[in-house]
Formats: sequence, structure tokens, C-alpha cells
Amino acid sequence: METKEIETKTVKKEKKPLEKVCLICAKGSLEDVYASLVMANGAVMEGIETNVFFTFFGLEGITKKSMNHLHTATTGNPAMKMPGGIPFPTMLGGLPGVETAVSSMMRKQMEALDMPPVDEFLEMITAGGGTIYACKLAVDMFKLKKEDLSDEVKDIITIGEFYELCDGDRTQIIFT
Amino acid sequence: MSVKTIAGKEVNVSEEGYLEDMSQWNEEIANEIATEIGIELTDKHFEVINYLREKTAAKEALTIRKVGKSGIVDIKGLYKLFPKGPLKFSSKIAGIPKPTSCI
Repeated sequence: METKEIETKTVKKEKKPLEKVCLICAKGSLEDVYASLVMANGAVMEGIETNVFFTFFGLEGITKKSMNHLHTATTGNPAMKMPGGIPFPTMLGGLPGVETAVSSMMRKQMEALDMPPVDEFLEMITAGGGTIYACKLAVDMFKLKKEDLSDEVKDIITIGEFYELCDGDRTQIIFT
Repeated sequence: MSVKTIAGKEVNVSEEGYLEDMSQWNEEIANEIATEIGIELTDKHFEVINYLREKTAAKEALTIRKVGKSGIVDIKGLYKLFPKGPLKFSSKIAGIPKPTSCI
């Protein structure tokens, strides 16, 4: 009889926590901007280095004039429900004033869950050390100036500069 | 759930080291958990900790926004007191469960 030596392999699982997240917010509806903000704030609270880059219609979320009045689309949104869970008729969503009313209702419900308005949310992110950037190309396209944007915006940068901020092997880029 | 001795007292803790019964907490335990995290507690820390314990006892959901509006410390200050974990570390030190809030 032959004895064989069995090599025992012990695989050590090393945890590699995320060190940096770079979020891109390219859409300007209420839910898109909040998705970015919640994820950014959550990352900051976990001690993860956080950069948020607002581009295209996402700029609505950092433009002083519009940031606290974001809308959610009441047409072309199949997930939209009326109170009570009945599907929201698209025809109704197209009537003047409906989108505004629905959006303000949504914002009220969010406030009830202690979700802050956008300006305050941006402040919370920067208070924790997160950084907010605006996309140069989009800012030029929409003919905006630095002073049109929230004071929490650190700088207007190019996409190349944004990628430079995304260095490190435990970095994730998230597009919302 | 497991039993751990912190500051000479046996307490029930979760897998991540949060106290499971907030009544087992005392200031020495707070200090020892804080040292483990790397925070030296000051009176200001205890003001926040006591606020968190009060709100938890009243079954109120905690967010950093709420702490920021408590009048004790603003959000920036909260991050300074508990770097890299304003709600997580403060809750752990306060002997209350791990925060379930996303904000």
C-alpha cells in the first residue's frame, strides 16, 4: 500500500474594502439625482473617499435655481403609481401641473424619511469630505457659470481630469 | 451573538461588535470601544453619545442629519468627532445597535 501525501491548501480570504467611489450623475430627474446623492453620502459615511461628477442634465441637481425643485417624470414612467397602488395613466401625467404636483408630493414623502433637500444633501456630502464637480463640456453647453452652481461645487473639470481623480486599485466608478 | 468582556464587564455583542443590550453599557465600555476604533472620547463625544442613546431608547430612527440638527454638533463637527464613521462608530461606542439608516 502506498501512502500519498495530500497537500492541503488553505485559501485565505482577504477582505479588500472599497477605498474610493467616483459617481457620475448624468440625468436630472428627482430620482436620478437622489440616487447619486444617497450613494455618495452613504459612501462618505462609510469613510470611503467620494467624488461626484455632474454632467448633462445631471447639472440640474447642482444648479442653484433648479436643484430644490427637481421633477420626476409622470409620463413615460411605467413604474409610476397613484396613491393606493393603481397605475398612473400616462394621459393624466401629461396634463399641465400634474408633474409639478406629483413631484412636490414625492419631495414631501422623502422629507418625511429625513431625506434632505438637494442643497442640504450636497452640504452633508462635502461636510464629510466628499467632493462635487461639474462637467466642463456640459456647463459650456448649457451656458452656465460657476456662480450659477451650488457653492458646494468644488470645480468645473473635464472628463480627463475626472478620470485622473479615479486612480487607485480599490476605486469604483458608478454611473447613475 | 456572542459574549465579550469589555472593560471588565461581560456584554452581549453582535458579530460586528455592537452591543446587543444597551442597558449593559457604561462609560468605561464606551472608552474601551473608542480606543479600539482609535478615538479618544471628550465631553463633546459623550454629548453625542447620550443623544444617540436617548433617541434609541425612544425608538427614533437615527440619521446624521438628525444629529446635525440636534444643536449639539453640526454634521461637519460630527465627522470630526467620529472620522470615517459618523453614525457607525458613534453608535458602536454608544452601545446601541448598528444604524439601519441610509442617510
